[in-house]
Amino acid sequence: MSDGIFGIENTWLDAAIRIQLIVGLMTIVVMGLIYAERKILARFQQRLGPTRTGPAGLLQSLADALKLVGKEDLRPRNADPWTFELAPYLVFVPVFMSFVVVPFVVGWQVRIVELGLIYFVAVSSLSIIGWIMAGWGSDNRYAMIGGMRAAAQGISYELPLVLALISVAMVANSYDLNEIVAGQGRWPNVVWQPMVVVVFVIAGLAELNRTPFDIPVGESEVVGGPFVEYSGIRWSMFFLAEYAALFIMALIFAAVFLGGWAWPLGEEWGRWWQLALVSIKAGLFIFFVFWVRASVPRLRIDQLMSFSWKILLPLMLVQVLVNGAVLVYGGPLWILTIAGLVGIAVLVKLVGHAVSQPRPKVVVAASAEGEVAS
Amino acid sequence: MVTEPVPEFETQDLLINVGPQHPSTHGVFRMVMEIDGEVVKDVIPHIGYLHRGAEKLCENNDFRQGVGYMDRTEYLAAHNAELSYVMAVEALAELEVPARAQWIRMILCELNRLSSHFMFFGAFGVDVGVFGTPFVYAWRERETLIDLFEEISGDRMMYAYFRAGGLAWEVPPNFKERVREVLKSSRQGVKDFDGLLTENEIFIARTKNVGIISAEDAIEIGMSGPSLRASGVPLDIRKTEPYLFYDQVEFDVPLGENGDVFDRYYVRLQEMEQSMRIIEQCLDRLEDGPIMPERMPRMLRLPEGQEVYIRTEAPRGEYGVYLVSKGGNKPWRLKVRSACLSNLQALKQMSVGQYVADAIIILGSIDIVLSEVDR
Repeated sequence: MSDGIFGIENTWLDAAIRIQLIVGLMTIVVMGLIYAERKILARFQQRLGPTRTGPAGLLQSLADALKLVGKEDLRPRNADPWTFELAPYLVFVPVFMSFVVVPFVVGWQVRIVELGLIYFVAVSSLSIIGWIMAGWGSDNRYAMIGGMRAAAQGISYELPLVLALISVAMVANSYDLNEIVAGQGRWPNVVWQPMVVVVFVIAGLAELNRTPFDIPVGESEVVGGPFVEYSGIRWSMFFLAEYAALFIMALIFAAVFLGGWAWPLGEEWGRWWQLALVSIKAGLFIFFVFWVRASVPRLRIDQLMSFSWKILLPLMLVQVLVNGAVLVYGGPLWILTIAGLVGIAVLVKLVGHAVSQPRPKVVVAASAEGEVAS
Repeated sequence: MVTEPVPEFETQDLLINVGPQHPSTHGVFRMVMEIDGEVVKDVIPHIGYLHRGAEKLCENNDFRQGVGYMDRTEYLAAHNAELSYVMAVEALAELEVPARAQWIRMILCELNRLSSHFMFFGAFGVDVGVFGTPFVYAWRERETLIDLFEEISGDRMMYAYFRAGGLAWEVPPNFKERVREVLKSSRQGVKDFDGLLTENEIFIARTKNVGIISAEDAIEIGMSGPSLRASGVPLDIRKTEPYLFYDQVEFDVPLGENGDVFDRYYVRLQEMEQSMRIIEQCLDRLEDGPIMPERMPRMLRLPEGQEVYIRTEAPRGEYGVYLVSKGGNKPWRLKVRSACLSNLQALKQMSVGQYVADAIIILGSIDIVLSEVDR
C-alpha cells in the first residue's frame, strides 16, 4: 500500500480520487493519441492530416469527441438490448482496470501490486467477452463474424503474450512491475531477451487488434466487425478502450523491456526526467504501431492462427525452458542473449520460408513489325 | 441401459450480403455469399444497379454524340472506350485517319491505361488491408495523369475527345513535354508501389495461390485482358490484331504463371512499364500534321445495311463495339462487349472454397468497373 494521495488517509476516498485522475488522464491521452495517429499516418501518406480545428488541428479530437457524444445512440430493433448495451462497458472497464498496476515513474501508479504482471494479463483479457457480446448482441452477421474472429484471435495471442511476460519475470525474479523496472538499472531486459521483445510486439499488436492483425474489425471485409451497429457514445467507448489499451501496452513495454524510468539514467534522477524517459520509450512503441499500420496489409484468419500456434507458441515455450535452465543451474546471462538472437533468426527464417518465392517473369517478346508511318 | 439419442444438430450455412453498400465492392456491386465459418461455399453475384441503357441511348443520338455515352460506360479508361466506338464508325464510314491523330490516340490510350491501373492498385491495396497508404500513393500519380487529360480535353473523366475521323481539337503546344513530365512521375509511382507491396511477406502470403483460375477455364469463361494473361494466355489484341500503330512499336506482353491474385496484380504492374515504353516510342514518332481527314463530311451518314465489330485492348480487357447501320446519322444497333462482365463470371469459380477475406481480394483483383458491367 502506498501513501494516500494529497495526504488523504481514507483508503476509499484515496482510491476514488486516483480513479478519477486515471480516467481524466486517459481521456486526454487518448485524444492526443488519436491526433498523433492521424498526423503520423498523414505524413506517411503524404497528406497533412487535420489542420483546421484549432492550431495545427490540435482540437480535432475534441471536436470529434463532442460530435460523438451528441450523436443519437441507436440500437437495431432486433438486437439483444442487454447484451448490446452492456458490451461497450465490458470492453471499456477491463482496460481501465488494468491501469491499476501500470507505473509511470517511481510510485506514480494507482496501487503497487505484487503480482502486477499477472493482474495485468488477467484483467486485460477480460475485454474479449465484451467483443463477443457486441458481435452477438448486434444481430448483424458482419458483427458476429467479427466477434468470433476477435475471440479466436484474443485467445490465441494471449498465450505468447503471457509467456513473454513470464520469461521476463523469470529474469527479473519478480512479478511486481516496480521491481522489474528497478532491476534493469544497468542493462534493460531487451538485452537479455531479444526474442521475447519481438514476440511481445507481435502478440501485442494482435491483442490490440492493430494492423496487420486487425482482422476482427477489418474495414474491407467485415466493415468494422463488432462495432458495425454502434453509434455515438457507445461507439466512442470502444474507441477509447482501444487507444487506452494501446497506451497501456506501450507503458508495459517501456517498463518491462526498456527499463522504464531506470535505464539509462538510474532511479535517482528527478521525476520529470523519469517521466520524459518513460514517455519517449512508450512513444517509440506507439510510433511503431502507427508505422506498421501505414505499411503492411492484413493477415488472413487462418494464417493468423497458425502463426500463433505453430510458430510463436513453440518458440516461446523453448525460450521459457532455456530461461529456466540458465537461471536455475547458473550460468552467464549472455547465453540468454544468444539464445534470443538465435530465436529471432529462426522466426525470420520460418516466416521467410513460408512466403518467399521468386518474382515471375514471363513475357511475350517485344517486336515491331510493319511499315513506318509517314 | 437406455441412452438418450444424441440430438442431431443441423448446421446451417450463413448467408451474408456484401454490397451494394460495402467498401470493397468497387461501386454498386452486390454479392450474396454463403459461408461456413470463414470458408466461402457459394457466391451469387447480383449486377444491374448501374444500368443506364447506354447502348440504347446511343441509338437515339448521332455518331458525334455517341462518344459521350461511351465515356460513361467505362469511366476509368474513357479514352479506350471512345477508341473502340470511333474506330467502329470509321470502319463503316471508310474514313482515313491522319497519322498524327492515330499517334495521339495511342498516347492517350496508354496514358489512360496507366491511370486505370493506378486506380486498381489503390483500391486493391485497401482490399488487402493496408490503411490508405497505397490508395494515396496511387491517387497522387493518377492525379498528374488526370491533370494532363484535363489540359487536353477540358474534362477530368469524361473526355469526349476522340471523333470519328480524328480528334476534336489539337493538343496543347507543350503536349510532348507534359507527357514526358507525367511519365517521369508515373515511373517513380510504379517503383514506389513495387517497393510498398510486391515483396511484402504478408502481401505475398495473402495473394499467392489464392483465387486460382486455369488457362482453360479462363478461356472458357471468356476472360480477357490482364486477368486472362495472368493465367498464362498470351492474348493481347494490341499484338494479335494490331490496330492504330501498335505494330510499329516495341513492347512486351507480361504473362502470369499461376493465374492467382498475385499474378493478376503483378501482370498489371509490369504492363504499366510496357505502356510507358509504348508512350515514349509514340512521342518520338509524333510529327505535326492534320488531325482530321481533309474531306470530312459535315454530317456523318453511314451506308445502309452494314455491320462491324471492332475490339481493342482496354485496361480491363477486350472492349468491343458492335455497330449495325441502316443508313442515316444514327446507329441502328450498338452493342458493347464489356470485358468486366465476362471477367466477373469467373468470380464464383475463383472464390468458392476460399476464405471470406480472400473473396474480397479476388473481387478486387478482377478489377471491375460497374458502369462497364451494367452499361
